[in-house]
Amino acid sequence: MKLYFTLKMAFNALRHNVMRATLTTLGIIIGVAAVITMMEIGKGASLAIQRAMASIGANTVVILPGSLNIAGVATGSGSVITLTPQDGEAIQKECSCIDFVAPVVRARVQIVYGNRNWVPTYVYGTTPTFLDIRDWTEMAEGEAFTEHDVLNFSKVCIVGQTVVSELFEGQSPVGRHVRIKNVDFRVIGVLKRKGANLMGLDQDDILLAPWTTIKYRVVATTLSGGNQSSSNASNTAETNQLNMIYPYLQQNLYYVQTPTEQLDASPPIRFPNVDQILTAAHSSDLVAYAIQDVSALLRQRHRLRDADPDDFYVRDMTELTRTMASTSELMTKLLLCVAMISLVVGGIGIMNIMLVSVTERTREIGLRMAVGAEPGDILRQFLAEAVVLCLLGGTIGILIGRTSSHIISMILHWPTAISVEAIIAAVLVSASVGIAFGFYPAYKASRLHPIEALRYE
Amino acid sequence: MNFIELHDIHKTYSLGEVDLPVLRGISMRVGRGELLALMGSSGSGKSTLMNILGCLDRPTSGRYVLEGREISDLTAKERARLRNHMIGFVFQSFNLLSRMTAFENVLMPLMYCRDRISEREMERRTAELLAKVGLADRMHHRPSQLSGGEQQRVAIARSLVNRPRVLFADEPTGNLDSRTSEEILLLFQQLNEADGITLIIVTHDTGVAQHAQRVVRIKDGMIESDAASLKAGGAL
Repeated sequence: MKLYFTLKMAFNALRHNVMRATLTTLGIIIGVAAVITMMEIGKGASLAIQRAMASIGANTVVILPGSLNIAGVATGSGSVITLTPQDGEAIQKECSCIDFVAPVVRARVQIVYGNRNWVPTYVYGTTPTFLDIRDWTEMAEGEAFTEHDVLNFSKVCIVGQTVVSELFEGQSPVGRHVRIKNVDFRVIGVLKRKGANLMGLDQDDILLAPWTTIKYRVVATTLSGGNQSSSNASNTAETNQLNMIYPYLQQNLYYVQTPTEQLDASPPIRFPNVDQILTAAHSSDLVAYAIQDVSALLRQRHRLRDADPDDFYVRDMTELTRTMASTSELMTKLLLCVAMISLVVGGIGIMNIMLVSVTERTREIGLRMAVGAEPGDILRQFLAEAVVLCLLGGTIGILIGRTSSHIISMILHWPTAISVEAIIAAVLVSASVGIAFGFYPAYKASRLHPIEALRYE
Repeated sequence: MNFIELHDIHKTYSLGEVDLPVLRGISMRVGRGELLALMGSSGSGKSTLMNILGCLDRPTSGRYVLEGREISDLTAKERARLRNHMIGFVFQSFNLLSRMTAFENVLMPLMYCRDRISEREMERRTAELLAKVGLADRMHHRPSQLSGGEQQRVAIARSLVNRPRVLFADEPTGNLDSRTSEEILLLFQQLNEADGITLIIVTHDTGVAQHAQRVVRIKDGMIESDAASLKAGGAL
């Protein structure tokens, strides 16, 4: 018999007993709806977890300067000065999997306001992207400094909550002036409270300012470069051109290397340096690629030969990313278990009703056999009914699941995300539940003897 | 050549340890286009004989040749195919599927047909047959909306839709009043005469048997008598 007729007959049989078909498939409907809803909420939740993880820095990749080895004695990271803000710009430009780059200049200095003073754990000179990387863009008060402030060496800063309570005794600091190493800074914003980090350090004990300001006005070590005898593209731009002062003078102060000479020569110690470069990968899965990319780029920029060791360190938040991976894995497994249980229960319901249906329609089976239905035809007919029932249940379940996850996200404001895998899995599982649990009743029907079936009362 | 040949057919049902012989050596021949009545009291084995003739059941021993073809050793599947394209059944209790319309009931056997028939052809044949049994205006009624006689006519149309060579009717008028019985029997006669369909009617009603050309009486699983019907001989 043609598949078309089989399906047509299955639909007819179900159509004539809509109530029972609905009740039968209710198990599957509820099962699939629950799976879809939970998968979508779960996916939304894991997205939210990912976002939360990202906010505590799971996507962060930190680049630190290398360490110097003098006669076998290592001196620790930062003992050589290798990172420049230009490295940061290059990373931003070349590494596609990195979203944000912020150079960081650290200082440990005293802050003075009126008759009070305080030494914050972190005094960071950076760019506004630092706040994006740390997911700290919302300000409690005022606003963050801008790229413009960085270019202008503006004497502005934003402070964390701990600094506010220590220096300003809870008063609003916005618009007030503090002194950092006798340099006057205007406070333009207050960061939201973030609390301690995983290592137990108070993250609110922080002062952020444009890195140029901290570098040149506060730390003020090497504005014009430590090695005056040589120069390169990065610092000639700032120090080797008199035309900023005398616009019509086209003469360089120092000898400028040709591009070939630049490639041949090992780079001089470059200034201005930064203490670290903070970057954020696009997502936590991309962190590994980001590390590769950044390393390759920096080796190239620092003109290291193949045999040379890196003159920098790249670090990611392995602990956090691992936690995240195991969290989402656990979630998926949990949902899978629930899905299986509910679908098996639904399948048993289908088998139960199909068995009743076979008994009830014994005479019909006998008649169909008498007019020439082969056992295989009968088997297929009942199997088709079970599968159609399950697939219909699956479809309705998907619709209900989608709707309810939508409603939940609207009412409870939980994040949800459509899960295509869950939908495909639901369809496949409901079809196979139909086949698995429909087979026995269908087989039983096909083994009936036509005469006995016809005589059945 | 005889259309149906039975050679020493035995059928024994085993009920646990007791063997119950129902048919005890039946041999008979039926020619093409005969209208035969199979008579006997209940328990005589006439229904069992009809089931064997209709390929619904297999004899315990003996040979059954239908149209020159030995069929006592066919498998269930082969018998199903044979029933589908050679044999039609009409039952005492009509056996219509209550959730389908008359039209769908008549069309149903065609769905199991192995020949490639287009759906349009199926519908054409169905409509034609329903018209032939006089139900052209009741095609889309459910069995519950039809009278007993009408239901039986639907069942007859159903049995004819596959263009069978032989029709088996098991007490076709058992559930009908005498007037509708007469109508149904006339329809049978008409089918037999006009279309040349071989008809075997199982009955215990002598009134029904009178319409047949030949009456075979069964008693205790054996043929008691086999004779041309008195009245039919004159009428036909």
